[in-house]
Amino acid sequence: MWGEQKLIWYKRILVMLVTVLFAMTLTFILIRIMPGDPVDSMAMDMVRTQGMNYEEAYRQAKAILNYDPEVPIIVQYFSYVKQLARGSLGQSMIYKTSVVDIIGGSLPWTIFLLSISTLLAFLVGIIAGMYVAWKRKTILDPILSVYSSVMSSIPNYIVGLLLILVFSVWLKKLPSSGAYDTSVEPGFNWKFFGNVFKHSLMPIGAFFLTTVGNWALAMKGNAISVLGEDYVNAAKVRGLKQRRIILSYVGRNAILPLVTNLAITFGMMFGGSPLVENVFAYPGVGYFLNQSVGRRDFMLMQGMFLTITVAVVISNFIADILNSILDPRLR
Amino acid sequence: MRDFFAVICRNRRALWGMIILGIFLLMAVVGPLVVPLDTATSYANRYKLPSWEHPLGTDYAGRDTFQQFIHGSREVITVSFVTAIFTILFAFIVGTTAGIMGGKVDAIITFITDIMLTVPSFPVMMILSLAVRITDPISFGLVLSIWSWAGLARAIRSQILSLRKRDFIEASRVLGLKVTHIIFAEILPNITSYIAINFIMIMRNAITASVGLMVLGLVPFSSTHWGMMLQMAVGASGAMYGSSAIVYLLVPIVAITLFQMGCLFFASGLDEALNPRLRTQ
Repeated sequence: MWGEQKLIWYKRILVMLVTVLFAMTLTFILIRIMPGDPVDSMAMDMVRTQGMNYEEAYRQAKAILNYDPEVPIIVQYFSYVKQLARGSLGQSMIYKTSVVDIIGGSLPWTIFLLSISTLLAFLVGIIAGMYVAWKRKTILDPILSVYSSVMSSIPNYIVGLLLILVFSVWLKKLPSSGAYDTSVEPGFNWKFFGNVFKHSLMPIGAFFLTTVGNWALAMKGNAISVLGEDYVNAAKVRGLKQRRIILSYVGRNAILPLVTNLAITFGMMFGGSPLVENVFAYPGVGYFLNQSVGRRDFMLMQGMFLTITVAVVISNFIADILNSILDPRLR
Repeated sequence: MRDFFAVICRNRRALWGMIILGIFLLMAVVGPLVVPLDTATSYANRYKLPSWEHPLGTDYAGRDTFQQFIHGSREVITVSFVTAIFTILFAFIVGTTAGIMGGKVDAIITFITDIMLTVPSFPVMMILSLAVRITDPISFGLVLSIWSWAGLARAIRSQILSLRKRDFIEASRVLGLKVTHIIFAEILPNITSYIAINFIMIMRNAITASVGLMVLGLVPFSSTHWGMMLQMAVGASGAMYGSSAIVYLLVPIVAITLFQMGCLFFASGLDEALNPRLRTQ
């Protein structure tokens, strides 16, 4: 029994590693099959902006991109992997700094946005869902289903645009771009925190508003099916207080299956982060991925794509762990 | 077919969804024939509010928004339709191969689909949009579907695995019927409703993704696609910051939302209507 369990985990870890390797290889190949020679276009750009002669520019571009079209693709691939193993992801063309530094600077912002908005949507969603399940046949039930079908029909980046329209353009209350004002010195003080908070309100709102309805619906569904279970009826017959039944019987058993989804959703939202972060020009991983794709900065693109994939893989792994802890049948 | 409509008419959600989608479809097919697209710019007329002459006002270059909205519906529906066809096709081929062949083939395919499900699709589409030159609905549909079939393939595979144990499949095997016959005559009819529901949901996701790619400015597709209208309203023309341009900004947003709601209602209503287990609740 234990051996089998161990094997499943080994397999999971193997799939994780292969997935990351796969993501790495994919960007590597895609860049090589892209129409036009990236070295050439970069060299041309250097000739235009820095007035170098073409040969010199071409040599420099090869060095920066770590890519020589004349070297066989297999050799290129191994030198890329070797470089990666040393912890280097190369230089960003547009920002002229190392890609690792950009990841270090942007990843915390994305994690900050996503963790707060996911947790908030989860908490509000389960409370609302439980309440609606308990008070069935009230006006709240149709309100919830209308809200959730309307909000899940508007992509979150469009909700973001509408928020900007209302709070930045019309009411002029909230800043529409960035993570904090350039006039505020980043540091461990209330002024900085306040400023960051103000900038994060709308991006968090865009994620929150589009997901909270789904959590509430899922919670309502779970709670209703738990309410029909024998042990809940038994608890009622035993004369336990309503409050107690809701919290410790229905709540617990209906929430548990959703906890796993929480980790999966967190990972999925990483994949969608380019859109919301682009709307708010929020300097997270998605924003930099978008910048790199838009301006063909290949090293940055590979780095950001790898970061997002690793984030999703880790979230899914956490979901697996949570699942095995919470579901005793899998233990 | 008549049964199908009878089932839909009994389900209010599905009916509403069908009506919304029907209107959009009519608009996409007939609209461009009735409403000509006038692309001549006239800066004297920019950002006009709705009037008799321009029912939905004008855009940043004085062109009629209503015409773009009508012509855009054709672009949007074509792209998402093509995406859905490609996705279903990939998923069906992969899913049935895994389900029917079993053994090592199944193990390898499952391993690959697991990986594809993990690597997030939108960033892949972003990078693909650089590698593939998107000029027509076909290439756009390919970019949107190439990373979207894994979930459905997995579902089709498990449907087939459960069907394989049923008597009628066993019977046709014993009778020595060809595999293609078993797939198309025995298995396919059993999963058509499931595929139909997925078709609608894939169209829905394709809209989110295609508009997303356009808003990011990565796919300069046809200028009347709602995604392009949105990109123009937000990015290029700065319509968000001028109060008179509000209609131009809201037209693509409302259109996208309504279409998505139509898809959601139709698909979930269909699911409810065709899935007896959900009906009893």
